[in-house]
Amino acid sequence: MSSVPRFWRNLASRYNLEGTHCKECGNYFYPPRNFCVNCRRSGQIEHYKFKGTGEIVTYTIIRTAAEGFERQAPYTLAIIKLDEGSIMTAQIVGDPEKMYIGMRVRSVFRKLGEGGERGMIYYGTKFVPAET
Amino acid sequence: MKRLGTDALKQSKTGENMTIGIVSYGAYIPRYRIKLEEIARLWGDDAEALKNGLMVDEKSVPDIDEDTATIAVEAARSAMARSEINPHRIGAVYTGSESHPYAVKPTSTIVAQAIGATPEMTAADFEFACKAGTAAVQACMGLVGSQMIDLGMAIGADVSQGAPSDALEYTAAAGGVACIIGRKEDELAAIIEATYSYTTDTPDFWRREGMPYPEHGGRFTGEPGYFKHVINGAKGLLKKLGTKPEDYDYAVFHQPNGKFPSKVAKMLGFTTPQIAPGLVVPKIGNTYSGSCLMGIAATLDEANPGDRIFATAFGSGAGADAFSITVTDKIKEIRNRAPKVSELIKNPIYIDYARYAKHKGKIRLG
Repeated sequence: MSSVPRFWRNLASRYNLEGTHCKECGNYFYPPRNFCVNCRRSGQIEHYKFKGTGEIVTYTIIRTAAEGFERQAPYTLAIIKLDEGSIMTAQIVGDPEKMYIGMRVRSVFRKLGEGGERGMIYYGTKFVPAET
Repeated sequence: MKRLGTDALKQSKTGENMTIGIVSYGAYIPRYRIKLEEIARLWGDDAEALKNGLMVDEKSVPDIDEDTATIAVEAARSAMARSEINPHRIGAVYTGSESHPYAVKPTSTIVAQAIGATPEMTAADFEFACKAGTAAVQACMGLVGSQMIDLGMAIGADVSQGAPSDALEYTAAAGGVACIIGRKEDELAAIIEATYSYTTDTPDFWRREGMPYPEHGGRFTGEPGYFKHVINGAKGLLKKLGTKPEDYDYAVFHQPNGKFPSKVAKMLGFTTPQIAPGLVVPKIGNTYSGSCLMGIAATLDEANPGDRIFATAFGSGAGADAFSITVTDKIKEIRNRAPKVSELIKNPIYIDYARYAKHKGKIRLG
């Protein structure tokens, strides 16, 4: 997975879906941007914590997993549109056969991976079907 | 039934001129369950005899990506959702568990970061077998009562381990509960009138450093461990307060199985209806550090303002923490803001032993 310092720098946004919001144009950004791509220099960026609800835009089922994720296979990786409008990629927890485009999801706190038996454990946000 | 009015509660102080209690609470139970029949099928045991003896039908199983830290965070977030307090008011986060994901690195810092309580606060992890969560409650009561902190969060959470074919495998489950402890009377959903502990050095259950599964003394764990400590802890608190079992509407005892708390309740003079709302072990198993707190949370989900709850946690090693709690009007305002224990128990996903082994990391890859 990622290096320890790299993960640590993004820890707040991974744990709590912390992003940014431009008060000028109203757009939300995840991961956080400190500069609005629409308003450029006239943008007014503020800290924003996402509600953690959204829906699946599209998804794929990983059956041949990368190193470190073998135990989780098969699992669902999805592009999620958060209700505020930002789009992100995340794992969906649940039966992969029951996933569908447009499914409402909500965020949960899960283990994302670990650096082997001796390494750091990486925690962060995944999603579950909202109706569960 | 002895009811305590507001004035009486103010006099039954936990600290000097201070009323301390539970501002909020939150529970989390993984959705997966394995039935005792399925475990018994693998080892050739008599499922019906086990179910009747243990009074447990099924137990909760963590997902592949769930551990004590994720369970503690979910419980803590539920507690935050119920209270709607500013997380920066929390001055301490203490997580009790016997299955912390790291040997060295606190679970509590992960929780504190995930609820937005960092950085002006203290944190540490507790371990006392199944009563580390209530030990954390007591530590928070001390810090809140001495006004060192405004609010404290105490958590009991576990993904407990039972070796394959060991008796513990039938009950060792996963779950957690978080409690926010405070002292502002208008914020308290339940007042903790007093707490009392009874502790001795008793080798009834242990796990050595680096070992994956705990060892236990079999039948030895019952009388000198559970019953001696729970009875002395409970009697000590009743004596301290001058109360009797009939003064309470509800009672909760550590629930490693259904049989022990039912038996100890009877021995102490509590009735079956008193322990019924908090006896959740038949459907989720023993959540270890979450066990007694889960019973308290389930009881708070149902209790009415003015109701009194008597609770005694037990941890092997060994000790018992007893609490006398009175529910306030605030409970009705907060309890529907997060899932109740009964809702977390509903809608389980049943898995077979193979999937259970995968979830629990009992299968080594490669």
